[in-house]
Amino acid sequence: MYPAQFDYRRAGSVDEALSLLQENEDAKLMAGGHSLIPMMKLRLAQPPVVIDIGRLDELKGISEANGSVRVGSLTTHADIAASDVLAAHCPVLAEAAGHIGDAQVRNRGTIGGNIAHADPGSDIPPVLVLLGASVHLQSPSGTRSVAAGDFFQDLLMTDVGEDEILTHVEAPALGAGTGAAYLKFEHPASGYAVVGAAAAVTVQGGRCTGAGLVVGGVSATPTTVDVSSLVGTDLSDDAIAAAASGLDAEDPIGDIFASGDYRVHVGKVYGKRALAAARDRA
Amino acid sequence: MARVLGTSIKRREDPALITGRGKYTDDLKAEGMAHAAIVRSPYAHARIRGIDTSGAEALPGVLAVLTARDVAAAGIPGVVPVGWLLPDLKTPAHPMIAADTVRHVGDAVAVVVAEDRYLARDAADRVAVDYEPLDAVADVVAALEDGAPAVHEEAPGNVAFDWEIGEREPVDTAFASAAHTVELDLRNNRLIPHAIEPRAVLASFDSSTGEMTIHMTSQNPHVHRLLMTLASLGMPEHKVRIVAPEVGGGFGSKIHHYADEAIVGLCSMKLDRPVKWTATRTETNLTDAHGRDHSTRCALALDADGRITGLRVDTAAAMGAYLSTFAPAVPTYLYGTLMSGQYDIPAIHCHVTGVFTHTAPVDAYRGAGRPEATYVVERLMHLAGEATGLGPVEVRRRNFVSPDAFPYQTQVALAYDSGNYGPAMDRALEMIGYDDLRSQQASRRDNGGKQIGIGFSSYIEACGLAPSAVVGSLGAQAGQWESADVRVHPTASVTVYTGSSSHGQGHETTFSQIVADKLGIDPEAVEVIHGDTDLVQFGMGTYGSRSAAVGGSAIVKSVEKIIEKGKKIAAHLLEASAEDLEYEDGSFRVAGSPDRALALGDVALQAYLAHNYPDDLEPGLSATSFYDPANFTYPFGTHVCVVEVDTETGSIDLLRYAAVDDVGNVINPMIVDGQLHGGLAQGIGQALWENAVYDESGQLVSGSLMDYAVPKIHNLIPFELDRTTTPCPHNPLGVKGVGEAGAIASPAAVVNAVVDALAPYGISHIDMPLTPEKVWRAVNA
Ligand SMILES: Cc1cc2nc3c(=O)[nH]c(=O)nc-3n(C[C@H](O)[C@H](O)[C@H](O)COP(=O)(O)OP(=O)(O)OC[C@H]3O[C@@H](n4cnc5c(N)ncnc54)[C@H](O)[C@@H]3O)c2cc1C
Repeated sequence: MYPAQFDYRRAGSVDEALSLLQENEDAKLMAGGHSLIPMMKLRLAQPPVVIDIGRLDELKGISEANGSVRVGSLTTHADIAASDVLAAHCPVLAEAAGHIGDAQVRNRGTIGGNIAHADPGSDIPPVLVLLGASVHLQSPSGTRSVAAGDFFQDLLMTDVGEDEILTHVEAPALGAGTGAAYLKFEHPASGYAVVGAAAAVTVQGGRCTGAGLVVGGVSATPTTVDVSSLVGTDLSDDAIAAAASGLDAEDPIGDIFASGDYRVHVGKVYGKRALAAARDRA
Repeated sequence: MARVLGTSIKRREDPALITGRGKYTDDLKAEGMAHAAIVRSPYAHARIRGIDTSGAEALPGVLAVLTARDVAAAGIPGVVPVGWLLPDLKTPAHPMIAADTVRHVGDAVAVVVAEDRYLARDAADRVAVDYEPLDAVADVVAALEDGAPAVHEEAPGNVAFDWEIGEREPVDTAFASAAHTVELDLRNNRLIPHAIEPRAVLASFDSSTGEMTIHMTSQNPHVHRLLMTLASLGMPEHKVRIVAPEVGGGFGSKIHHYADEAIVGLCSMKLDRPVKWTATRTETNLTDAHGRDHSTRCALALDADGRITGLRVDTAAAMGAYLSTFAPAVPTYLYGTLMSGQYDIPAIHCHVTGVFTHTAPVDAYRGAGRPEATYVVERLMHLAGEATGLGPVEVRRRNFVSPDAFPYQTQVALAYDSGNYGPAMDRALEMIGYDDLRSQQASRRDNGGKQIGIGFSSYIEACGLAPSAVVGSLGAQAGQWESADVRVHPTASVTVYTGSSSHGQGHETTFSQIVADKLGIDPEAVEVIHGDTDLVQFGMGTYGSRSAAVGGSAIVKSVEKIIEKGKKIAAHLLEASAEDLEYEDGSFRVAGSPDRALALGDVALQAYLAHNYPDDLEPGLSATSFYDPANFTYPFGTHVCVVEVDTETGSIDLLRYAAVDDVGNVINPMIVDGQLHGGLAQGIGQALWENAVYDESGQLVSGSLMDYAVPKIHNLIPFELDRTTTPCPHNPLGVKGVGEAGAIASPAAVVNAVVDALAPYGISHIDMPLTPEKVWRAVNA
C-alpha cells in the first residue's frame, strides 16, 4: 500500500488548478482523495503530480434558484445529506448521499470526485441521471455543461476532458406532486451499491403524469428503464412491477458476490420498490 | 475488601489504546532502521527459471536483494517448520524463500531492503523473476481427484495425512438399524483472519554482541523464538529476544511462525542493521494462515424415539501449500474429538483427509476445528429435528448428556469433566420468547412475503489447551502448560510475569483481578508483564481460549506459594505456628486471635529486609509456577438466532440473537461479554458474508476488503447474552474460557435459522456464506 513517487501541488483557485493541469502532463486532480488515493496506493494510478483542489471554497456549497438546485463539485456527501436546501427541493439527492460509505467517507468524499471517478457502484450517478441534471465543466477555453445521461461513458470513464475541472452540478428542483426515492442494495464488502435504484413519479389528480427509473450497479453506467407505461395509471403495485421489469442490461456486471443475472433481477425488485416508495411520497 | 473477581472493572489497557498512545510494531523506530519489501509469486504454481535482481539493486538507496541462494549461502536451516506431527504425516520442506518452485500466490521469492519503504516497494517491482507457470489446484475436492496437479512430489494424491477417530463398525451397525437417518454434504468456507493490525516485524541484529531483538506481532513470543532460532535462522536461542509490543488482534493468525518474519531476521543479520517490514492488507490476505476450508459428508442415525445411535463424518480439510505451525492438529484433534457435541452418542466415526492445495496455508483461526465440528453436529441436529418430527428443541433435549452422567466419556477421546446442558437451552428459549416466535412464523408462512426462521446451536467446545502429556501423545511438538512468576515487592505492590501473551483480550486487567482477589489487595497495586522473552520465563502464549484457565491458574499457584511463604514469615514475627495462620483480606492472622495480625506489606517488607527472619527461609517474596492442566475445559451453551429472509432477493436480516453460555466462573463479565460479541461477529460473518475465494488458476479473487466482507457494525444487531455457571472442577479458578465460544456456536445457529425460514420451499441446506444470490437461487430452484 505504498504509492509510487509523485509531486504534490495545492491549487489556490480554479484558475491556478487549470494552469497546473496544463503544465503537468498526466497530473490528477484530488478532491477528497477517497477514490484517488486508494488507486495510487494499489499503484493502479501513478500520476506524476497530484493537484489538490480540496480547499477551493468557490467549488463548495448548495443553493437553489429559479427552480433548480446547484451543488458545487467539492461539496461533501455529508453536507449534501444534511442540506436543508436539498431537503426542501431535491431530497432524493440527499437521500442517496446519506447512503454513501460511512461517516468518514461522507466527510471527505465529494460529489465532483464521486461522479468524475464514475464507479459503477456509486450512489450519486443514477440519481443525477434520473433528475436530468447537468454537469458543469471549466477549462482554459471556457465553460460547458453536459447532461448527466451523457456524462457517464463507461466503467470509470466520463466526459471530463484532460484540461477540465468539474465545477458544479445543477438539477431541477422536484415540483409539487413529485415523489422520489433512492434504494440501495449494499455490497457487504465494499459498501458500494450492488444495485442502486433511483425513481421518481409525479401524480396529479390521482393519476401518474410522469415517471422515471434509473438503476445503478447493473452496468458500467446508470441504466435508464423506460417506465412511461406508468403515465396515466394510478400507479398500482402491478403496474409498477410491470414497468420495473423492463430493466434490461446487455452486459451486466458480475462479481463473486452477485452475478450479472442476479443484479438484473435485484435491479427489477429494487426498481419496483423505489417506484412504490416514490409514489408513496408523491 | 470487596470481591474483585466477577466484577466488570474497566480495561486498564484502553486509555493508551484509545488515545493513540499504544505502541504497535509498526510504530517502533530503531536507529539506522531499513525497510524490507517481499517479492511474491503472482502464480499459484510455477517453476522459477531465474531471478534477475540487478534492476532493483541499481536503484540508489537499495541495500540488499536476497533470494533463496542467499539463504543457502548463509548456512542456516532456512525452513518454516510444522509443530504438530500426525502418524504418516507428509512434511515436505517449506523453505523460507522459494528456491525453484512457488506453490501459492504470495509465496516469497525474494526480499528487497532499502532505506525507506517506498523505495523498497519500487525496487521489489524491479526484481525480474522468470516463471514457468504450472497447473495449479486450489480447491480441496479437486486436489484429491485423479490427475490433479501435485503440490508436493512427496505427497502423492496431495494427501498430507489420513486420520480417523472412533470406530467405523458400530456406526455402520447403527445406520443399518436406524429408524431415521439424515445426511448432508457441506462446505465449511475458507476464511481470512483479518486482525486489524497486519503482521509486522522489526528485527535488530547487533554483530558486536551477536544478539538479535525481534519486535513482532506475536501471540506466543517464546514459541516464535524457538521456531525462529531452531528451524529458520539457526541462532542460539538465548541470543534472540522476541518482544510482542501492543498486538492488534490475532485470532490465531499470529500464533504461527511465518517465512516473512524469518526473512526479515535474515536481512538484519546480513546488513547488521535493524530492518522493519509491515504487511500490507493485500499481503496479509495472501499469506496469513487462513481458516476452515473443509468439504464434508456427514450423516446421523436415530432410533424411533429420536435418540442418536450413530454419527458418521468424512472430511477433506485443506492444508494449503505448506503445513503451517499447528495445521495438522486443527481438523483432527480439535475437530474429530468434538463430534459428540452435547449429546450422548454411542457410536461415532470421523475420517479426515488433510489435503495440500496451491493456496495460502490453513491453520488455527478463532475456534480452530471446533466451529467446523459444531457446524457438522448442529446442522445434522437441525435436520434430525425435522426428520423425526421432534423439532430442533426436543431432539436436542432428548440427546443431551444428562447432568448426572459427568464425567462423561465420549466415543471420540474427550472426557467431559462437567456440564449441565438443559438449563442453558431453557434460558435461551425463555429469552427469545420461543412459542410466540413460532406463531409469528406460522402467520408469515400463511401470508407470504418475508419469512422468519429460528435456528439453534447447542455447542460444546474443548479449550484451555491443554494437558501436555495428552497433546504430546497426539503429536504436539510443544507442551501446553503455562507459567507465571508473581513478585510481591517490599511495599506490597505486585508484578506478575505471565507466559500468556495478550493481544487484545485484556489480560492486564483480568490477571490483576485474580491476584488482587487472592491477595485481598487493590487491582491497581498489580502490574502484569507479558510478551517479552527477556523479561518473562518461558510461556506458551495466548490462543485456544487458554489464558484464564491455564495462565490464570499458574498465577493462582504462585499466589498460593507466596501466601504459604508469607505465613511462615508472619508466624515468625507473631511468634505463632505457621499452621495457625490464615490469610484474609490482605492480612496474615492467627486463627482465633484477631488482634494478632500482620498486613501483607509488613510481611513483604520483612521478606526483603530479612532482619528478623526464620532461619530456614530464603529472603524475598516471589514464586514461579508452571501449571499443567489436568484436562481440557468444556464450555457450552445454546445460541438462538432469528432471521428474516426476503425471498424476493434472498437477503437475510438478523432479527434477534440470544446466547446463553456457560464459561464457568467469570472474572470480568464485561470482558467476557466483549469476547462473545467479537466471536459472534466473526461466526455470523462466516455464515453470511466471509469467503476466501480462489479461482481455478489459484488466484485469490477475494484478496481485498472490496471483495472479502468482514462484518461491519451496521450489519449486526445487539446481542442478547446470558450465562449459566458450571465451574470447571479441575482448575483453581473454576474458569473455562470464552475467547472462541461465539465463533464456534454462531455459524450453525444462523444457517439453521435461514434453513428453518425456507422450510416451506423444501430447502434443507445452503452452503456458507449465505449470500443473497445463493438464497435466491435456492428459493427459485
Ligand atoms: C471506504 C470507502 C467507501 C465508499 N463507499 C462508497 C459508497 O458506498 N457509495 C459511493 O458512491 N461512493 C463510495 N465511496 C467513494 C466516495 O464517495 C468517494 O469520495 C468518491 O468516489 C470520490 O470523491 P473524492 O472527493 O474523494 O474524489 P478523489 O478521490 O479526490 O478523486 C476521484 C477522481 O475524480 C477526479 N476529480 C475529483 N474532483 C474533480 C473535479 N472537481 N473535477 C475533475 N475531476 C475531479 C480525480 O482526479 C480522481 O480521478 C467510498 C470510498 C471509500 C474510501
